[in-house]
Amino acid sequence: MKNFTYVRAGSAQEARTASALAGSMILAGGTTLLDLAKCGVAEPDTVVDITHLAGLDRIEVDGTGASIGSLARMSAVADHPAMQDAFPAVTQSLALAASAQIRNMATIGGNLLQRTRCPYFRDAAVFPACNKRSPGSGCSALGGVTRNHAVLGTSDACIATYPGDLAVALVAFDAVVHLGSRATPVDDFFLLPGNHPDREHAMDRGEIITSVTIPLSAAARRSVYLKIRDRQSYEFAAASAAVGLELEEDGRTVRDVRIALGGVATKPWRVRAVEAALIGKVLEPELVRQASLLSMQGAADHGANHYKIDLAPRVITRAVLQLGGLA
Amino acid sequence: MTFITPKAKHGDASDGNLGGRLSRLDGPAKITGSATYAAEHQIDGLVYAVTVQSTIAAGVVTSVDASAAEASPGVLLVLTPDNIMPLKSATTWAGTPGPEGPFLALPRIVSFNGQHIAAVVAETLEQATAAAALIRVTYEEKAHVYGLDDPKAGEGVPIDRMTMSRGDAVKALAEAPVRIEQEYRTPREYNVAIEPHGIIARWEADSLTLWEPSQWIDGMARSYAEWFDIPFENVRMISPYIGGGFGSKALSLPHGAVAAIAARMLGKPVKLVVTRPQTFTAYGGRPATRQTLALGATREGKLLSIVQHGVNETSMLGVAVEPLGSVTAIMYAVPNFSSRQNIIPLNTVTPGALRAPGENPSAFGIESAIDELAYEVGIDPLQIRLLNYAEEDPQAKIPWSTRRLREAFAAGAEAFGWSKRSPAPRSMREGKQLIGWGVAAGTYPVRRTPGEALVRILADGTAEVASSSIDMGQGTYTILAQTAAEVLGIPVEQVRVKLGDSALPRAPVAGGSQLANLMTGAVHKAAHAARDELIGLALNHPGSPFLDQQTNTLTIADGVISTPRSEQPAISIADFMRVIGQEKVEALRDTLPEDKKNTQDRYNNFTTMMAMKPPTEGGYSLHSWCAHFVEVRVDEDFGTVRVSRMVSALDSGRLYNPKLAESQWRGGIIMGIGQALLEEGVVDPRYARVINNNLGDYLVATNADIPDLQVISVGVPDHHASVLGGKAVGELPIVGVAPAIANAVFHATGKRIRDLPITLDKLL
Ligand SMILES: Cc1cc2nc3c(=O)[nH]c(=O)nc-3n(C[C@H](O)[C@H](O)[C@H](O)COP(=O)(O)OP(=O)(O)OC[C@H]3O[C@@H](n4cnc5c(N)ncnc54)[C@H](O)[C@@H]3O)c2cc1C
Ligand code: SF4
Repeated sequence: MKNFTYVRAGSAQEARTASALAGSMILAGGTTLLDLAKCGVAEPDTVVDITHLAGLDRIEVDGTGASIGSLARMSAVADHPAMQDAFPAVTQSLALAASAQIRNMATIGGNLLQRTRCPYFRDAAVFPACNKRSPGSGCSALGGVTRNHAVLGTSDACIATYPGDLAVALVAFDAVVHLGSRATPVDDFFLLPGNHPDREHAMDRGEIITSVTIPLSAAARRSVYLKIRDRQSYEFAAASAAVGLELEEDGRTVRDVRIALGGVATKPWRVRAVEAALIGKVLEPELVRQASLLSMQGAADHGANHYKIDLAPRVITRAVLQLGGLA
Repeated sequence: MTFITPKAKHGDASDGNLGGRLSRLDGPAKITGSATYAAEHQIDGLVYAVTVQSTIAAGVVTSVDASAAEASPGVLLVLTPDNIMPLKSATTWAGTPGPEGPFLALPRIVSFNGQHIAAVVAETLEQATAAAALIRVTYEEKAHVYGLDDPKAGEGVPIDRMTMSRGDAVKALAEAPVRIEQEYRTPREYNVAIEPHGIIARWEADSLTLWEPSQWIDGMARSYAEWFDIPFENVRMISPYIGGGFGSKALSLPHGAVAAIAARMLGKPVKLVVTRPQTFTAYGGRPATRQTLALGATREGKLLSIVQHGVNETSMLGVAVEPLGSVTAIMYAVPNFSSRQNIIPLNTVTPGALRAPGENPSAFGIESAIDELAYEVGIDPLQIRLLNYAEEDPQAKIPWSTRRLREAFAAGAEAFGWSKRSPAPRSMREGKQLIGWGVAAGTYPVRRTPGEALVRILADGTAEVASSSIDMGQGTYTILAQTAAEVLGIPVEQVRVKLGDSALPRAPVAGGSQLANLMTGAVHKAAHAARDELIGLALNHPGSPFLDQQTNTLTIADGVISTPRSEQPAISIADFMRVIGQEKVEALRDTLPEDKKNTQDRYNNFTTMMAMKPPTEGGYSLHSWCAHFVEVRVDEDFGTVRVSRMVSALDSGRLYNPKLAESQWRGGIIMGIGQALLEEGVVDPRYARVINNNLGDYLVATNADIPDLQVISVGVPDHHASVLGGKAVGELPIVGVAPAIANAVFHATGKRIRDLPITLDKLL
């Protein structure tokens, strides 16, 4: 780890100014930053600590939706009763993420900005080729071990999976990321790798996440986060689905459904095609199974990750049927 | 130096003496953080070393540019292949001479990806780490072999001593009415102890002090002595606490040599702790294995023949053999058997020992195969094991000392409810969860090496036990206190145990599950000698109140000496010591055979494994046994496997402390669950590098993966196995867990997984 200067920001504006300088990085819970600094991927000259900024850890839920300050801890949001009530998929996505220790340290802003677990990205000494880490250097994962790499949203430059859980639930329920004076839908906040996998977010240097808002919806209230993995805790998703369902009065016809996938794509992956195939239809297992397959439109595997193409639609199917009382 | 003072609740006879469920005496120190691990020692003037590892798997280091590192703040020394001090080659653990030529801790020739090739020493750890990142290495790269499946791997080298046979296995197989033949595989696995490997080395003139976690103080001290060509007595190795070893902390490793070289060159104490990613190549875990097993049987399921051929990977540098025939040869009464094994050298760190080396993958093969046979002939998997029960050791053709495997099957089946099993695969389910029940057996040999211990009764009536043996959590402190307390007739809380220091009486390796048996034996003997001497003094000392008592012996109970037949006189040990003016009564005893007590034999006994007796020596075949019963739930859509219930019945002979033995058993079973479902060192073939080299990606079981584990002891004291009747405990429980789970997965899904781990993608 390289020596760096430590700055404790006194206000959000100070944090913006300090972090606008090249080589400086924001420190929130530090669970990603420290990890990446230890493996030499993050080498900040200056670390701007924002953890003491007042008011940024607030969690507010009212009749229109939720507003979560970027410094709210993962565990605080996961354990928040009103959040659990209004947004079960959101709180479950947090409770099923990382470990208890990490959830107690990590913040919502930091969580959204966590980096991929692609092993080639994390080991610069051995794998100099990584377009995400050093643009234009190539991609070591191509031709390598790809069991955990993405099948959706990949490019020739990068096939790294976005590993986080929370963002998947946020994308399903049209959450908005607030960067102080401006705001952007979560779906647009995360960028596809394209030719620039190093650029992951629609956020400029010197901007900080201040909060995340989620509009209230019937689908969000009746929602679930289903995370499939080999280990029962403390593992990233092999595939996950955040699903919310609103039924007509008949209790069988889909009025609204929201579906997003995690663990299989280069960004949190909303699957509108599946949603469209279900809206207005009477829920029944075969319909859901068929509709779920639409989520893999455009999917491309790299051998060892092929199983994700089989797995992900099944995760959607189970989650939808579970919410519909059919599984 | 560490003194462990027991804090037992007294009054309950079961909490102190041997066989009692005393809690671990080192527990409070560990929980409160006062236990000092090797790298935590505060040594004046300490400086810090960080190693640089190779980024290629095969080739030669052509140059190392250390200029930037040398110019970096705080840097005191950079070691590279250009300036590394050549050491003498050290005797191997087997007692054979080490490799020819000098030992180079930072060699120029690269034989695996992640090999230490340079090191930086600086005033602080951060400075050393930053400078290490500035070292530029150029290589001349050569072709590498990444793993067993590499086309370049070839057939490997036969290991003749692994060849076993009885009857005519090939012919009997050909003639058998039922035959099955399959290949079983286990991946590279790592010990991943929570305490990473690390060391502090300090020189004072020609004496070297080492704080290093060690499963084998005397063996490792010998390596350092030979490397630096100094007398064995000049090496002081200190290791009172070890944060897990599982076989990986028994041998001196190159990073230890680097630290000691740096300390010598700088004249300062040097600390070197390998990082978590580095641990994956700083020592070797269990090698990947592959075995084909052909079973021939009657239509009723009676085994006629087993033909086995196994391979395991080793490094380009050393011979590591994971004996794949060890369980296959003895588990069943099969008249015809043949087994042979090759090792395949490739570009990896030399594999090491990981809990039950050999028995573990061996059992995965045979205990899966016998299950396959049970389905083939249509009988219950438990029945087929009883049908082929070996009443004596089928390979050595001698009786077992004790084999309570039948009792283990019975007790386990009863507690598990095995009789309610529905035989057909995929016939039990709950919603989307396919339920499967599986069984498998395990075994581990009783290994025996003599030990040595000092027992000292002090003026205040308390006692000390001292030995260079170690406690890595398995309970040595506790059971040795219990042993001494029982023999000396004093409460266990009055015994202090000192371990983990080469200045103390000697002990062989804490490996092969032998330590508890051999050390309780040595302490028992030394404590008896000390007690006899105390009683002798009480009978004969002019100042003794017993002098005119007309008795030829005395009793000691609860710290009080008295005559066997009357209440008076009675005197506490402390009062007696004061009356006779004695400071201490002590006895140093070993359990070496009379003809093996000369200096060289003693030295070899404790510093190599030459004196370890095979389990069949002495007319009986000595083994521990176990049976695991597992329920799994497999999600039929997702392929995820969850162990939902498990009962294991184990025969480890007599348990010196059931609480600690059960805890070891559970630990082994937990490790087995992780092995079955999660653990795998993932190698990138292009680089022959393990890429999941951290605990976020190399998955071991978490609490959430572990159901309530019921363990049942079915052992009886086995005095052929050890002085006090115990057999192997620590390595036994992991053996058979993986096949029991694989068998349960087959029962649940109808899918047979023959390569570990059983991940969800294999079941989709
Ligand atoms: C072993 C392990 C397992 C994990 N498993 C999971 C899992 O299963 N699911 C999951 O979702 N996550 C998982 N995580 C990731 C974990 O959730 C994140 O590390 C954590 O949420 C990051 O939050 P933090 O506050 O610690 O971020 P930090 O490390 O402080 O920051 C992360 C990044 O965001 C930047 N940043 C932080 N806050 C702001 C802000 N307000 N504005 C602008 N930039 C900011 C920092 O500069 C840094 O680049 C795991 C992590 C580890 C180490
Ligand atoms: S997949 Fe992306 S992150 Fe991984 S090596 Fe390739 S470019 Fe880097």
